[in-house]
Amino acid sequence: MTKFNYTAKDFKSAAEVRWCPGCGDYAIMNAVQKTMADMDIAHKDFAVISGIGCSSRFPYYMSTYGFHTIHGRATAIASGVKSANPALTVWVITGDGDSLAIGGNHFIHLVRRNIDLNLILFNNKIYGLTKGQYSPTTDRGFITKTSPFGTIEDAFVPGQLVLGSRGTFFARALDSNVKHTQEVLADAAQHKGTSVVEVLQNCVIFNDGIHDYVADPKFRAERQLFLKKGEPMIFGEQADKGLILENGHLKVVKIGENGITRDNILVHHPEEDNLGLQVAIINMALPEFPVAMGVVRSVEAPVYDQEMKKQIETVQAKRRVTCMDELLQSGNTWTVDGENCSEPVKFFDNKCFG
Amino acid sequence: MKDAKVIELEEVAIRFSGDSGDGMQLTGTLFSDTSALLGNDISTFPDYPSEIRAPQGTVGGVSGFQVQFGKKKITTPGDLAHVLVAMNPAAIKANAAFMNPGGTIIFDVDSFSDKNFEKAQFKTNDPFAELNLEDYIKIPVPITSMTKESLKDLELDNKSVLRCKNMFALGLICWMFDRPLDYIEGFIQKKFGKKPVIAEANLKVLHDGYNYGMNIQQATPQYIVHPAPIEKGIYRNINGNLATAWGLLAAAEKAGLDLFIGSYPITPATDVLQALAERKDLGVKSFQAEDEIAGICTTIGAAFAGHLAVTSTSGPGFALKSEALGLSVMAELPIVVVNVQRGGPSTGLPTKTEQSDLLQTLYGRNGESPLVVLAASTPSDCFYYAYLSAKIALERMVPVVLLTDGFLGNGSEPWRVPTMDELPPITPRKATNPELFKPYRRDPETLAREWAVPGMDGYQHRIGGLEKNEAGAVSHDPENHHINTEIRAAKVEKVVDMIPELELVGETEGDLLVVGWGGTYGHMISSVRTMQDAGKKVSLAHFNYIKPLPKNTAEVFSKFKKIVVCELNLGQFASYLRDRVPGLHYYQVNKMKGLPFSVHELVENFEKIMEA
Repeated sequence: MTKFNYTAKDFKSAAEVRWCPGCGDYAIMNAVQKTMADMDIAHKDFAVISGIGCSSRFPYYMSTYGFHTIHGRATAIASGVKSANPALTVWVITGDGDSLAIGGNHFIHLVRRNIDLNLILFNNKIYGLTKGQYSPTTDRGFITKTSPFGTIEDAFVPGQLVLGSRGTFFARALDSNVKHTQEVLADAAQHKGTSVVEVLQNCVIFNDGIHDYVADPKFRAERQLFLKKGEPMIFGEQADKGLILENGHLKVVKIGENGITRDNILVHHPEEDNLGLQVAIINMALPEFPVAMGVVRSVEAPVYDQEMKKQIETVQAKRRVTCMDELLQSGNTWTVDGENCSEPVKFFDNKCFG
Repeated sequence: MKDAKVIELEEVAIRFSGDSGDGMQLTGTLFSDTSALLGNDISTFPDYPSEIRAPQGTVGGVSGFQVQFGKKKITTPGDLAHVLVAMNPAAIKANAAFMNPGGTIIFDVDSFSDKNFEKAQFKTNDPFAELNLEDYIKIPVPITSMTKESLKDLELDNKSVLRCKNMFALGLICWMFDRPLDYIEGFIQKKFGKKPVIAEANLKVLHDGYNYGMNIQQATPQYIVHPAPIEKGIYRNINGNLATAWGLLAAAEKAGLDLFIGSYPITPATDVLQALAERKDLGVKSFQAEDEIAGICTTIGAAFAGHLAVTSTSGPGFALKSEALGLSVMAELPIVVVNVQRGGPSTGLPTKTEQSDLLQTLYGRNGESPLVVLAASTPSDCFYYAYLSAKIALERMVPVVLLTDGFLGNGSEPWRVPTMDELPPITPRKATNPELFKPYRRDPETLAREWAVPGMDGYQHRIGGLEKNEAGAVSHDPENHHINTEIRAAKVEKVVDMIPELELVGETEGDLLVVGWGGTYGHMISSVRTMQDAGKKVSLAHFNYIKPLPKNTAEVFSKFKKIVVCELNLGQFASYLRDRVPGLHYYQVNKMKGLPFSVHELVENFEKIMEA
């Protein structure tokens, strides 16, 4: 039984959605709205915080509380929202430019603190809103308006950054695969702590097809590996390929060849604190490996906003000072009450402080 | 005692001075607290280098703490010290210029070595002659060797022994000024409760210093300073940063809100964050952010979520917060930003005071970005101006910047503690009717919008940095932007109804109006009183409300033949006044030395201007 019986529609605002036709953002928004409806949490308790970029228009299209902030700072502002009121369900909508370039510092510190936020990182490997400059996830050598001869720098792999910042949850999804995105978002919503979901998102205008090689539905089974907790990491049209560890490195093998059986295939454990293997899974790239999709890591750790609350409760349980009047008169004070003393003049007397 | 030379004084300024590792700040603070407890009015001025441990024995590494106390109202730490306690030759060199002619210099004669003279860059081994201090009373005290002798029976390493030197000096000074030791003893016992040997050592040296004073009384003048007749009440000693923190706490309690501080450590504002982090007992949520930007951004987030949200910083950090401050202007969220100003530009003089962030505060953002600016004027009134900043923010849905400075933040004075019922009510503009709610619907009188926060059902809405219409939808309509820009400015101007009119110290007309703002108050009023006592027609207009200015400012100004604006910058308030109260000639007195004004230099300048 659900309490609220929301549908995705309950989370849509009346504002006209103004992303370009065919933009990957539409599908992601649908998935988010569906996920929120399924969470069965009071509509009033949702807050959606975004930075600057195409994806950051997101809050306007939601009927929840929303805050469209400034470039790179959504993570910091959302940290304040959630720390102030841990009862809220807070979502951060951000992009590769917003979170990994101008907001890189806030992003890693959010992840490090493990504040219970759900962050969706729309990764289209380009600056769309400013019309086509390279971003921190643009591949080396890629030609854009600001790299007319190709970039000469390497890209961030968002998952590496998350795990390097001691992240407790990282997942990857693809905008066009709405069903899977929804599953991943539902897991992210369940997670206690910062959940980062990287959604490979297509910018139809400035970087069209950037994820096509991975995303092409015809080769989905060959090029994507869908991670499932507690199950062997198997992929392929015939579900006959899998991952094993050999000399400390991941390797793709074929079940039935060289004596490999299903039992030899590595089982995925996102709940285990196994950073090395999880980073290796994140790093998997075509053509040698399929691209890992789904929840790579989901481990338990102290959650900042809860710890803040707990600490206050612990201190308050033993407190000696319970209100301002007590604080003002605590510690080293002395009383002046001599004969030549005058009555005090109160600071706010005879002044208009309406 | 009878045999001692006893000097009775109205007020005395003492400067404790030594290497930055010599514990001079603690020594000065303990002496100040003791004096305040005795009923003297006090004013203190810590003056220390920005390096934690600058090279020992050098002039650059000298750390000083000046306290003035007396039997009347003390408004400044004193221009010049009557007594200097110098732990080494460098301290004498650094402070020679700040001594009252004929004052007393107590110095550690053990530190007078060729090596130390060289480090302090003396050319000879007679620092007094080199600095023209021959006419001063000089009391050589073998502080280092007496301390060693005092502690020889305790098994302490040399470093721990030398750390007790400051207690010898403190004991000696306590004897000279007839201060009881009980408060200091209590402090030592508490501080070193877990290290009984260290506590014993400090106590022993303290007493030996006191007794030493008694034993050499023939050579040592003793001073008597009677308690000040002040207002009845419960008092405590408070510095500006603590007062600021507590003022914000008081506002949160009065408003019935939780207090959130998102902040990043920066000299000299860090104490505000520390003081609030300590108050988990009162429910404070303190968030030490990864940088200054996150400091204000978490604050904005907490304000969006319905808290009294504040951030504290100093000049360079304030610069980093500019963009986000603009967001709070646009989103019309109630936040308070405390800027404890220091010497700039850039890293500037981190530990020194200045008033040079005024124009940055007023104008340092993109777009038309008006906000309310208040300035505190004494360490203790930081409490009230912090309180008012929060009240204005919450009732008018506007960001407020409170300007204090290093001098106020670190300086302390006794303060009659108010009770909470002395403070005016604070009524946050929480939305009450979801049917009528629109994000930018305004009170027609104050132009303040309503505050609806996540968790309140029926008020779900979106805000952000983009220009909006009343309903909260993004709007690029030219008319809408024009009107909203005017409304945001008018909203700030309307705060004038919440603030008192400008009051003068002195007659409402005269030859010279002395204008100041913020942390220079103590020196300003002392200098104006000095002029008034000499029969001059001089009045003081000291500003705490910078934007908006008090209603009657132009009228008050019009009654004086000359106006002089004094500030610790190149004339920022003067240029602001030229814009806001035009048509008058503003003389200026400016100082950029990282130090407060001295009463003497102000009086001298006023006399010159009056003659001109």
